[in-house]
Amino acid sequence: MNPEPIELITLDTLLDKVRAKREAGCRLVQVSATRLPDQVELTYSFDLNSRLASLRLSLPGAAPRVPSISGIYGCAFLYENEIHDLFNVQVDGMAVDFKGNLYKLAVRFPFGSTQAPCAPTGAAPAATPTQ
Amino acid sequence: MPRTIIPFGPQHPVLPEPIHLDLVVEDEKVVEARPSIGFVHRGLEKLAEKKDYVEFVYVAERICGICSFIHGQTYCQAIETLMNVQVPPRALYLRTAWGELSRIHSHLLWLGLMADGMGFESLFMHSWRVREKVLNIIEATTGGRVIFGSCKIGGVRRDMNAETIRNLLQELDAIEKDMRQITRVFLDDNSVKSRLSGIGVLPKQEAHDLGCVGPMLRASGVAQDMRTLGYAAFKDIGVEPVTRAEGDCYARCAVRCEELFQSVGIIRQALEKIPDGDIAVKVTGNPAGETIARTEQPRGEVVYHLKANGTKNLQRFRVRTPTFANLPAMLKVLPGCDLADVPMIVLTIDPCISCAER
Repeated sequence: MNPEPIELITLDTLLDKVRAKREAGCRLVQVSATRLPDQVELTYSFDLNSRLASLRLSLPGAAPRVPSISGIYGCAFLYENEIHDLFNVQVDGMAVDFKGNLYKLAVRFPFGSTQAPCAPTGAAPAATPTQ
Repeated sequence: MPRTIIPFGPQHPVLPEPIHLDLVVEDEKVVEARPSIGFVHRGLEKLAEKKDYVEFVYVAERICGICSFIHGQTYCQAIETLMNVQVPPRALYLRTAWGELSRIHSHLLWLGLMADGMGFESLFMHSWRVREKVLNIIEATTGGRVIFGSCKIGGVRRDMNAETIRNLLQELDAIEKDMRQITRVFLDDNSVKSRLSGIGVLPKQEAHDLGCVGPMLRASGVAQDMRTLGYAAFKDIGVEPVTRAEGDCYARCAVRCEELFQSVGIIRQALEKIPDGDIAVKVTGNPAGETIARTEQPRGEVVYHLKANGTKNLQRFRVRTPTFANLPAMLKVLPGCDLADVPMIVLTIDPCISCAER
């Protein structure tokens, strides 16, 4: 159905696969997540010469962990913070970590396996302190 | 040198919508910028659980008031791919014409805001005066000025007869003439040039690496435009991406100015070549499968990732909007600039917070 190829990968190979995309000159198009009954599916999409190709990672469990790719694609931090805030996926090593405050939400993890009202939101991560 | 943090937004004269930046400055130089978004996050993606896939066209169109039509069009294209629907050629040409009208009114809106941000009030008023003429065309042909409501799964809701097309093309001639005058001021005026040239430079490689899209990417010399993928009538109407090499605020302004006339040319071609026939086909059943649709909005590539399981409600509706993709680049070019240049740099990415906060 989908003319754009999606390659299934594992957690162990994620960073190597993403690094290979970067070395091939691909542009990071998006990182998206889908909540399925027993897992979260992450889709990393890349563009090379206007052709789209995606990597698909399936993460079992309610609050899975995944390494950040922001060390390879610096712009990924926004996608990763979004996935954390909406899907309760813990992303380790994000270049900029909003610590759950990228979005001001009425419920925590609206696409998570469980949803609860948000506590009052904290501030966004502080910039470099005043000297 | 002591550092000071200056808050920029979420309420600021150059920001029609809320975004916040913590600007760390040394004297008048910005050394770091840290964003806060999410003030008006609406959670529209979650609505897919409540609205069925047909109703969802209305939601997609309401993601943004400026690029509304192309949101609806991209959603419909994605569903049509999932359901293997063959849209009548006439509908594809109409979608193309409305999409380019949408681009013109968006670029004119941006040019007005840019002029206003520079303190060039008369240019702001002229830009929006001309934009009003475009909105009048949109209202006459779709019935709506902001939300067109003319796109549906399987085609479009409204047709244009020969007289309407003739009048539209005549009006387009007058609009093009007005736009020539306005853009000449934008591109040739010395004060505009000195305000924008060499400011907020984004080199080509960085634009690519930071995942930029649209005029932001093309102004840095990357010739990428999703219309070259050939969706709607673009398989018959060629599009050559408008690019500039400089990568500064002036280049981003120049790309959008030139795209105004590119869109006029596309509308002319679409309406002159428009084939006869139906404007929609009946669509039955429910979508199943997964697709990623991409189109070129005024601000750049928009991505619709849809996943369906054969029920009326989509399993996943995800939108990656162009402003979301351009935010990292904006943060990259701010360090090193003068504090007074921040509004110009922020404006030249043409931020659409409605889109980013879908």
